[in-house]
Amino acid sequence: MSIHKLSLYELHKKFTAGEVTATEIVRAYGLRIGQVESKVKAYITQAKDSVVAQASALDASLKGWRRTSPMMGMPLAIKDNICTEGVRTTCASQMLGNFVPPYDATVIAKLRTQGYLLLGKTNLDEFAMGSSTENSAFGPSRNPWNLQCVPGGSSGGSAAAVAADECAAALGSDTGGSIRQPAAFCGVVGLKPTYGRVSRYGLIAFASSLDQIGPITKDVTDSAFLLGAIAGHDPLDSTSADVPVPDYLKALKKKDLKRLKIGVPVEFFAEGLDPDVELTVRAAIQELKALGGEIKEIQLPRTDAAVATYYVLATAEASSNLARYDGVKFGLRAKETKDLLELYMKTRQEGFGPEVKRRIMLGTYVLSAGYYDAYYGKAQAVRTLIRQDFEAAFQDVDLIVTPVTPTPAFKFGAKADDPLQMYLSDIFTISVNLAGVPAISLPCGFSRAGLPIGLQLIGRPFEEETLLRAAYAYEQSTQWKTKKPVIR
Amino acid sequence: MDMTKQEVEKVAKLARLELTDIEKAAFTKQLSEILTHVETLKQYDTAGVEPTATVLGQVNVFRPDDVRPSLSVERAVANAPESADGFFVVPKIIEDRQPL
Repeated sequence: MSIHKLSLYELHKKFTAGEVTATEIVRAYGLRIGQVESKVKAYITQAKDSVVAQASALDASLKGWRRTSPMMGMPLAIKDNICTEGVRTTCASQMLGNFVPPYDATVIAKLRTQGYLLLGKTNLDEFAMGSSTENSAFGPSRNPWNLQCVPGGSSGGSAAAVAADECAAALGSDTGGSIRQPAAFCGVVGLKPTYGRVSRYGLIAFASSLDQIGPITKDVTDSAFLLGAIAGHDPLDSTSADVPVPDYLKALKKKDLKRLKIGVPVEFFAEGLDPDVELTVRAAIQELKALGGEIKEIQLPRTDAAVATYYVLATAEASSNLARYDGVKFGLRAKETKDLLELYMKTRQEGFGPEVKRRIMLGTYVLSAGYYDAYYGKAQAVRTLIRQDFEAAFQDVDLIVTPVTPTPAFKFGAKADDPLQMYLSDIFTISVNLAGVPAISLPCGFSRAGLPIGLQLIGRPFEEETLLRAAYAYEQSTQWKTKKPVIR
Repeated sequence: MDMTKQEVEKVAKLARLELTDIEKAAFTKQLSEILTHVETLKQYDTAGVEPTATVLGQVNVFRPDDVRPSLSVERAVANAPESADGFFVVPKIIEDRQPL
């Protein structure tokens, strides 16, 4: 069997058993990337030379014996907003086009300690702002299931790379759905952990109260496996939670959903939901019931407020976080400016693309004198109401099941000129970030046009095990994960 | 909520963004549409509701103020667009003043 077709966990078992070397793994993925990357365009930077060196050093150090670090020898792709020491990290922005981080993000330090192999850095919407990768300064990635369609965003490069077997697994980041939506569009598994479950140190900040790093993988087992390798408290991120990390793979032992109460929020099945998506998700809910889950209709009444709340809070935080790009300490600097103010203004004009500017403008406006209470303060209060909706729901149920997106992957350019329509397509994913709870997106079928459709399971804070258990039971009882895109 | 071109220009200056006329026109229209959608939040009664700034309910996190290893000067300025002798170089900030 070809190495690139194996799941992360299958490859780990083969590597641990000594059946395959790191050098063979890198060679196999090099060939695979060579075959499909010109069509998929998942990567911004391929670490071709350094990964060969990493692999041969690893093989040399392992002569004759095997240790069992989970990610040892595992070829991963990393979203290009996560800092990798010595490997260019661009955020898909001209602003950071030449930025080589002098340090690793904590998740990368953890993977490096375990002996992972960095295949490269994957494409995203600039500074993770977008739902299609069309906002990348390096051009969009394409959906492996249909190259005319977007892969989703912002972690579109990571999801496309996993779907196209251009890596064994990938890391993404999720501020309003940026892991789950591209995972749904590309037919792979994406997990947004509880806020605080994974360190954000070295994740280039977009909206600090919402951002979270998580795995994008070929199946649910891989999701559990990779989450375990990156989760945990970090003294370098004071918003990371000091909560023990369980063995997530152990959560996958049960193959039924007995005694699990699963809520279906009526607000997520309202008008605007694509009929193929509704049909597919409703069939998946029937399957969850057949597996022993107790299905219950619930309400999340403030769902309609989520998009407006999110785009006030996320842009406000972004306008503050992106103030650091001033052309002084790192990144782009505009040429021939006469004073410091002009240096700032021109550097930011040249370095940021349209969506980033739009969000900085919106965020600056809602924080400005005279509007702060009406917009920012109001949105923070409505965020509390949205959290309370989830808290109330989780009194009654253990899990919530919803669609991930209102439609399957759309065509390039379909929403590029209408930012509000693009924002509204995030409706099913963003309330999860506002509430800080964990959620997983996994394949549950296909549209009539042959595009993947995702199922979202939402859990209580720090109950990723429940999510993984239910997702695994569903995955095992269906055949979706065996379907692979034909890239042409 | 309609945003005027003058407001767009004011916000752009606050955000230290130089905008082209095309960008100003596009943002005037698009930000007005987005803010109109944001106005829908008014229908939610938030009297007496505590704002959420973070979901974790954490308090301040302290650590001892010890000297620890940090980036060398060379590495710290390695990504700078312009540096000299381990310093960041910027345009002159303080104007010359005539002696009193």
